[in-house]
Amino acid sequence: MSYTFQDIKEAIQTQFGTQVVVSENTALQQPQLVLSKESIKNVCLFLRDDNRFFFDQLSCLSALDNGPVKNTIEIIYHLYSIPFNLFFILKVEVERGDGKEDLPEVPSIVDVWRTADWHEREAFDMYGIKFSGHPDLRRILLPADWEGYPLRKDYTEQEYYHGIKVAY
Amino acid sequence: MFDTGKLKRGEIIINMGPQHPSTHGVLRLEVLTDGEIVKDVIPHMGYLHRCYEKHAEKLPYNQVIPFVDRMDYLAAMNSEHAYAMGVERMLGIDKDIPKRVEYIRVLVAELNRISSHFVAIGTYGLDIGAFTPFLWVMRDREHINRLLEWLSGARMLYNYIWVGGLFYDLPVGYEDRCKDFINYLKPKLIELQKVIIDNKIFIERTANIGVLPLDLAINYGITGPMLRGSGLKFDLRKVDAYSVYPEIDFDIPVGTGEMGTTGDCWDRTSVRVKECFESVRIIEQCLEKLTGEYKRTREFDPQALVPKKIRPKAMDFYVRAENPKGELGFFFRTTGNTDVPFRCKVRAPSFVNLSVLQAISKNVMIADLVAILGSFDIVMGEIDR
Repeated sequence: MSYTFQDIKEAIQTQFGTQVVVSENTALQQPQLVLSKESIKNVCLFLRDDNRFFFDQLSCLSALDNGPVKNTIEIIYHLYSIPFNLFFILKVEVERGDGKEDLPEVPSIVDVWRTADWHEREAFDMYGIKFSGHPDLRRILLPADWEGYPLRKDYTEQEYYHGIKVAY
Repeated sequence: MFDTGKLKRGEIIINMGPQHPSTHGVLRLEVLTDGEIVKDVIPHMGYLHRCYEKHAEKLPYNQVIPFVDRMDYLAAMNSEHAYAMGVERMLGIDKDIPKRVEYIRVLVAELNRISSHFVAIGTYGLDIGAFTPFLWVMRDREHINRLLEWLSGARMLYNYIWVGGLFYDLPVGYEDRCKDFINYLKPKLIELQKVIIDNKIFIERTANIGVLPLDLAINYGITGPMLRGSGLKFDLRKVDAYSVYPEIDFDIPVGTGEMGTTGDCWDRTSVRVKECFESVRIIEQCLEKLTGEYKRTREFDPQALVPKKIRPKAMDFYVRAENPKGELGFFFRTTGNTDVPFRCKVRAPSFVNLSVLQAISKNVMIADLVAILGSFDIVMGEIDR
């Protein structure tokens, strides 16, 4: 049988209690489950190893900035189960911080799926999200000494980079 | 980066790239070597970063398509197809697209798939010292480039598949030229198979090299010919059955470890060569439909369904499709009150596929590192975006 969004949500709640689920967004064409950030790693491990679901593939990990007004950053995990052809979407919402010293922190899921390694580095590079427990959290696409996090909505580029004018 | 203070006796750090022909673009590999042995390797990228995702947040949906072309510049049609499909699904018009449009899309996407695989196979031959197949595939790829140029005016970056339709119908006589090309290509593919994957020297060079076990591949999120080379029959064209692929009969070649171990470089290359044969089958069936059931009519307008204003409702949407390199995914966040995406993240297959390099190239020879990297078939435009 094929499990629905509600089945998987209930399985998570029986395993970890109801408090891990912050909210759910089932009105969407692709429903999402919003989790508390502390629980994300254990839930991922559970979903990967539970023999009802076997979410063995992390399709995509996207970060998303809601801008300074809403003041949140979202991290969206697209899970896919090859044996059962199931999709599941998890989401974590955190405060976005000021983008300089104060950066949001989310547990890394590199130990669950190695795919997350480079995706989390990219999210760190572009949004300044610190993934605690990540083995090698460096910038991946931008130079190591670049300032700021370009995909944040309030990003302004630095004026000069090694004497080169940045704005064109 | 490696800590130079912790080097053991005899170990040297070597930079391979970014201007190295074997790294397939501007990829820099930082290699920790002990003599001829690679102890560890760290890929560094970003030299071709063109801020796709930032650009996409500033542009209307239809204007993003040329940027999508420039990600995987060897298979632009496939990327366009995935992107257009995603936006159409968000708009809810994906079921209304005329069959002729869908068949043309699949036809050009498969032509492009062959051309992308040709580059992969040809340059892989170059990497490990076979020059002939490179010239052969470039000669045959030229025919595909010309066919697609006739269609769209561009040789590599087409902007041909639009949201809701196509830029233009097939030119008159296109189907016949395609048929001629397919008839020309079939014996050439057999030649290519003989000169590459059945070649004794090639087998000796690639069998048992760079073995990627299936569990590791899945954990790293590997998709496309690499995953199938590791022995899993997984193709999104079959699994998701998007576009008109369910109406078309084709097989999914997988690696079986025929020449060595399942998931070695030979398996990956052989999957690509066999996929070219399958693409030829798909193209033949498309041409049959395009000249029969869905043939050209005077009334047919490929732009009939192209929306004047592309404004999807507020939602999060993930769409994926099978590119020559693997699963290409687009993640959209739309707000419902603008024509530009709020967020357009790309899950690039090459990006994910490359991440496994470090895991499977420990304690191999330097020459084998080139062989392993070549068998991944990466495109830097897609990794750096």
